[in-house]
Amino acid sequence: MSRLAVNKTYKLYVNGAFPRSESGRVVSVSDPKGNVIARVAHASRKDLRDAVKAAIGAQASWAARTGYNRGQILYRIAEVLEDRAETFVGALKTLGHSQRSATNETQAAIDRLVWYAGWCDKFSQFSGNVNPVSGPFFNISAPEPTGVVGLLAPGVHPLLGMVSRLAPALVPGNTTVAVTPTDHATVAIDFAEVVHASDVPAGVINILTGDHEELAPWLARHAGVNAIDLSGADRELRRVAGELASATVMRVIPGPPAEDKVDWLAAAHQSPYIIEKFTETKTVWHPKGQ
Amino acid sequence: MTVDQTDPTNEPWEYAPSTQSTDVVDIASRYGLWIHGEEVDPASGSYFATTNPATEDRIAEVASGDRVDIDRAVKSARSATKGWASLPAAERSKYLFRIARLVQERSRELAVLESLDGGKPIKESRDIDVNLVAAHFFYYAGWADKLEYAFAGLDPKPLGVAGQIIPWNFPLLMLAWKVAPALATGNTVVLKPAETTPLTALVFAQITAEAGLPPGVLNIVTGAGDTGAALAAHDGIDKIAFTGSTAVGKNIQKVAAANNTRVTLELGGKGAHIVFDDAAIDQAIEGVINGIFFNQGHVCCAGSRLLVQESIRDVFLDRLRTRISTLRVGDPLDKNTDVGAVNSKAQLARIEELVAAGKDEGNDWFQSDCALPSDGYFFAPTVFTDVAQSSRIAQEEIFGPVLSVMTFRTAAEAVEKANNTPYGLSAGIWTNKGSRILWMADRMRSGVVWANTFNKFDPASPFGGYQESGFGREGGRHGLLPYLESGVA
Repeated sequence: MSRLAVNKTYKLYVNGAFPRSESGRVVSVSDPKGNVIARVAHASRKDLRDAVKAAIGAQASWAARTGYNRGQILYRIAEVLEDRAETFVGALKTLGHSQRSATNETQAAIDRLVWYAGWCDKFSQFSGNVNPVSGPFFNISAPEPTGVVGLLAPGVHPLLGMVSRLAPALVPGNTTVAVTPTDHATVAIDFAEVVHASDVPAGVINILTGDHEELAPWLARHAGVNAIDLSGADRELRRVAGELASATVMRVIPGPPAEDKVDWLAAAHQSPYIIEKFTETKTVWHPKGQ
Repeated sequence: MTVDQTDPTNEPWEYAPSTQSTDVVDIASRYGLWIHGEEVDPASGSYFATTNPATEDRIAEVASGDRVDIDRAVKSARSATKGWASLPAAERSKYLFRIARLVQERSRELAVLESLDGGKPIKESRDIDVNLVAAHFFYYAGWADKLEYAFAGLDPKPLGVAGQIIPWNFPLLMLAWKVAPALATGNTVVLKPAETTPLTALVFAQITAEAGLPPGVLNIVTGAGDTGAALAAHDGIDKIAFTGSTAVGKNIQKVAAANNTRVTLELGGKGAHIVFDDAAIDQAIEGVINGIFFNQGHVCCAGSRLLVQESIRDVFLDRLRTRISTLRVGDPLDKNTDVGAVNSKAQLARIEELVAAGKDEGNDWFQSDCALPSDGYFFAPTVFTDVAQSSRIAQEEIFGPVLSVMTFRTAAEAVEKANNTPYGLSAGIWTNKGSRILWMADRMRSGVVWANTFNKFDPASPFGGYQESGFGREGGRHGLLPYLESGVA
């Protein structure tokens, strides 16, 4: 006797929970042949505000953890992702990726998380230094997290693209709100479930599935967001979001231009200089004397 | 004056004026723009006067650059990029060393001119500004041929043409902060000095000619806000670097977003001095005085808020009042002067407006009773006490010699209050407890933290803001990256 499959409901990921959109909106996601594979939540401005609020609330304690601890949590995400690799290969194939492409993307995402996990307790040594000032002072510059990072997640490689920008933001202690296009929402929410099982504190990673065009302006003008990564935005949206971000001197991190059909597998997309984009440099002076 | 006049040892000393001669400066009656290695007339043919804010006397006429001049300067800078960037880095380095040496040789001339044009006390322009200018060029000169060691794993390249807009509070020093790293990294420059303080930049142009700097590598276009706006909006620049007010900085960020131009901003601040009850009081008083009255308070990282622990509020304010009464306000060219002239009539009006607002809001206040010169733009050192956090004088940058005092009981409360502005440029911490300094320093949302000191600057030390105080760093190894194409998106 054949068994009826139990289908998953795809919701948002906000503050360590999986709420539906407060708007009640859903949107159908189809495979390349046009078959509906899921109905996913279509996030609203209010959902975005809830997510930013959660990220603000989680930021100080995430930043206050040791780099060693943040590294262990990022490594844990990689462990759980490895364990569920087949889920992601399957989900990517459903969206039209080949077996080979889906496998490469999933494995690269796992390896990239491990790579960034190792930076958590080293990055300050890379980015900071003692400054040899001309006087009797101890003077040191070290990186600190910018705060709350909004991410317009890329869609072409929905898993690897998001991981490639979320991980470097998390390393120095930022919390994040990622907006991923609804046509790749299944993979994004599968990833949220991995995050949820990986000891990531509630609010550190929030994932919304929605329209970049609709939500980017609200993200860019939200005074509680300190930096916005535009990796998934097209040229026009970059301009719109960049202009709005100026109202609060929000840091704008362009990311690789989406039009260029970015190869997220390339080594250039993992770098400590990407981590540095999500940091502020603080310089502290103190006199020396007897 | 609160000094006990019955005690002869407390008599404040009278000082005879000790005036710096202006003979060392040869000021032309009129200055053109500096484009492609020579002085040229502005396209419009119009000039504006730059005045001495201490006397309101006209010093010289300066060219009013417009869109056409900006375009000409950007084209000149563009034409020079290839030659400058392809020069052996060691040679580029030597040009900057030469410039540093020439600044040192002409340091007295530059200091006097800075004080004449901007109103700052000669002892500051002589002992701080100009020395730091030379040091800045010396520091970045040495980086020019070592860039491959500055950033592990990168092979950085110059961006091309950098547009730079600088303020009037440290005219030549801000030029050095902008020009030295830009040239060291192989970029060419179009610089727009502030309208009220263009003269030292124009003398600096002559210094670059004397140093043999190739034409087009540095261009200077003087003018007002419109000139800067034309530079920021020009589609021929690869980067815009701006130091100035947060309001103008936001406009520049917006224009840069529309044009897809790189941008770094060094904007306003409302820095907090936090004084704990175990601090060395006399040193803290000196730090607070320096923090707000240095350069007439025209300092983006000024300690314009004082958070003093409640238990020492009364004694601290008493000593502050006494110390303020001894500040000598007046002629910038008098070597005894502590507080010089406010930079312009417009800035004086801004200070007066905010002080009036502070009084209207019902804050207590006291002021030095020093005599002010009858001519020129001067403002007596002013302190508001028991200021509400919501008060305009606790939230808005005054950019003048005006301090807002608040109190706190616990370190956590001090953190909360210190961070309670949209800015994030500087903070000062005064305590003898080492662990508390580090705990506090971790929690300050500001790019610079001075502990048991304040307003220290050095070319090797990165400077810049959090939040609405801007982004990007100037100084140190960090100050190179905003002028380099790293290849990392």
